[in-house]
Amino acid sequence: MMITRLVNVAVRAIRRNKMRSSLTMLGIIIGVATVVAMVGIGEGASSTVQNQIAAMGDNVLMVMSGGWNRGGVRGGTGSRHTLTLEDVDAIRARAPSVALVAAMTRSSAQVVAGNLNWPTGIIGTTPDYFTIRDMRVTQGRLFTTAENNSASKVCVIGTTVAENLFPGSDPVGAIIRVKNLPFTVIGVLESKGSSPFGGDQDDTLIAPLLTVQRRITGSTTIHMIFCSALSRQDTPQASEQITTILRSMHRLEKSEDDDFFVRTQTDIASTAESVTGVMTMMLGSIAAVSLLVGGIGIMNIMLVSVTERTREIGIRMAVGARPRDILWQFLVEAIVLSLIGGVIGVALGYGICEAVSKIAGWSTLVTTQTIILAMGFASLVGVFFGFYPARKAARLDPIVALHYE
Amino acid sequence: MEPLIRLVSVSKVYQMGDIRIRALHSAGLDILPGEMVAVKGPSGSGKSTLMNILGCLDRPTSGQFFLNGRDVANFTADELARTRNQLIGFVFQGFNLLPRTSALENVELPLLYSGTPQKQARKLAVDALTRMGLAERIEHLPNQLSGGQQQRVAIARALVTHPKVILADEPTGNLDTLTSLEVMAVFQELNRNGITIILITHESDIALYARRVLSLRDGRISRDEAVAPRDAMIDLEEVRRQKKTEETDDDDH
Ligand SMILES: Nc1ncnc2c1ncn2[C@@H]1O[C@H](COP(=O)(O)OP(=O)(O)O)[C@@H](O)[C@H]1O
Ligand SMILES: [Mg+2]
Repeated sequence: MMITRLVNVAVRAIRRNKMRSSLTMLGIIIGVATVVAMVGIGEGASSTVQNQIAAMGDNVLMVMSGGWNRGGVRGGTGSRHTLTLEDVDAIRARAPSVALVAAMTRSSAQVVAGNLNWPTGIIGTTPDYFTIRDMRVTQGRLFTTAENNSASKVCVIGTTVAENLFPGSDPVGAIIRVKNLPFTVIGVLESKGSSPFGGDQDDTLIAPLLTVQRRITGSTTIHMIFCSALSRQDTPQASEQITTILRSMHRLEKSEDDDFFVRTQTDIASTAESVTGVMTMMLGSIAAVSLLVGGIGIMNIMLVSVTERTREIGIRMAVGARPRDILWQFLVEAIVLSLIGGVIGVALGYGICEAVSKIAGWSTLVTTQTIILAMGFASLVGVFFGFYPARKAARLDPIVALHYE
Repeated sequence: MEPLIRLVSVSKVYQMGDIRIRALHSAGLDILPGEMVAVKGPSGSGKSTLMNILGCLDRPTSGQFFLNGRDVANFTADELARTRNQLIGFVFQGFNLLPRTSALENVELPLLYSGTPQKQARKLAVDALTRMGLAERIEHLPNQLSGGQQQRVAIARALVTHPKVILADEPTGNLDTLTSLEVMAVFQELNRNGITIILITHESDIALYARRVLSLRDGRISRDEAVAPRDAMIDLEEVRRQKKTEETDDDDH
């Protein structure tokens, strides 16, 4: 029999008993909807992370102090402050694959403007930092190398700080007191949203490195060195060059471990990817289990259906249906049910994703791949769980089937 | 003439645990194309067993069954199915129509399995239903039709593939006298057009319309006689006339 006629027969059988058909489909609908929703949420999270990392620049390298303890237990990042301004100069001078270098020191403080105050992270750095991290101002301007060299008391602030200290007014030109020291706000940074690991990147105040070192922290400590490679492709070489330079600067013997880390965006991206990947996998497997349960549902109801339709099968055999015609009839019926259930399930899953985005504010992503995966899974479930009942039908003895009450 | 059906010492034994039931006992039989045969006998005498074997729904335990000159014992399951599809038409006591399925779709059913293109199948099915006087009822569902109409749908379904033989197992068993006669008239008409009819009945008056009557007793063919058949059409008219006068009598009171 041609496939179109098989499908035709299946569709008629499905229509003939709508109640039974919807019950059969229910499991598949729920299963597919779960797959689509779960994977959609997982992929959404993962693509958010990807976008944020891409936004940070894929040629960025970060050097942090810290290293391996003798026992092989890793010391916390930055646990020993081993980076110096000389390191920064050495990288700038001797690493051919590195384009820009900026030292960074960190602090935090309760900052005050007028009668408002706000706790925020303070960053001290040089102007190249803005270029490396692709940061721009929406109002005012960034500070200059001259302002850094002269340790000027100027700063740029993130939007979170701006909103909290200057609600409804223009921060540019205003004074912020940091540890009782007045800083002039010269710019407001473009919003960057939250970081891949959850922090608010707009809750920040950035001032010249020398100003922060001399007037706020009172130490020459450098927490991080930000570098940009000439291009994304140059990142691995840049990383190697930085390592070599810093090892020689820190006079490390061959047997000694690095007392710093070099992290590239690719490293961070792959870490984040594996985290969100595991999440997607977990959500996906929960969903797969529910699809399996749906499949067992199909099998159950198909088995009941075969019993209920024993006489129909007998009649069909009497008028010339071969066992394989009966097998195909029930198999195609199971597949068609699964596919219809699959389509409804995809729509439902998509709806759930939309609802989750609206209500919980998570970003979700339903890709064509996910839909194909879910539909493929659904039809596989149809074939797999439809086969046993179909074979049972095909093996019926026509005489027994004809006289079945 | 080459017999359409030849049974040579056919037996059918049902084994139920320790009990062996001989439903058919060394039955020998030739049926020529164009015959109209009634098989009668008391309940349990083996009529349905014989019918199932003739209809290629079941195989004999021993003996040979030649259909159209070919030994059915050598048929594969698919060949049996094809034979049921193209050589044989079934009519059952309980009509055996697919429920919730229109008369037309029921009649199209055998054509689905013969690979007839859909358009042609539709035309053939409409033709068969028209021939059965059901042109106006093709979209009706079985439960919207009377018993006689349902049986005519079943006959249309048996006819639609132009089979050589129609096997009817107690086709009038569920019908009243008038409707039974209508159905017998249909069979006689089909037989006049050359289709071999084998009908099973335990009602002797139905056997009167066949040209040959086989009697079964305990799985054996106990009698095989040629008879002069009554004409169902004439009897039908007679019954209708009687009914009419009864009704007019009723009106007079
Ligand atoms: N599938 C079966 N299993 C066991 N015994 C059967 C089966 N079918 C029929 N029989 C027995 O075979 C005998 C003949 O049955 P059947 O051919 O149905 O008779 P009829 O149609 O004349 O009433 C009966 O004794 C019946 O009980
Ligand atoms: Mg019987």
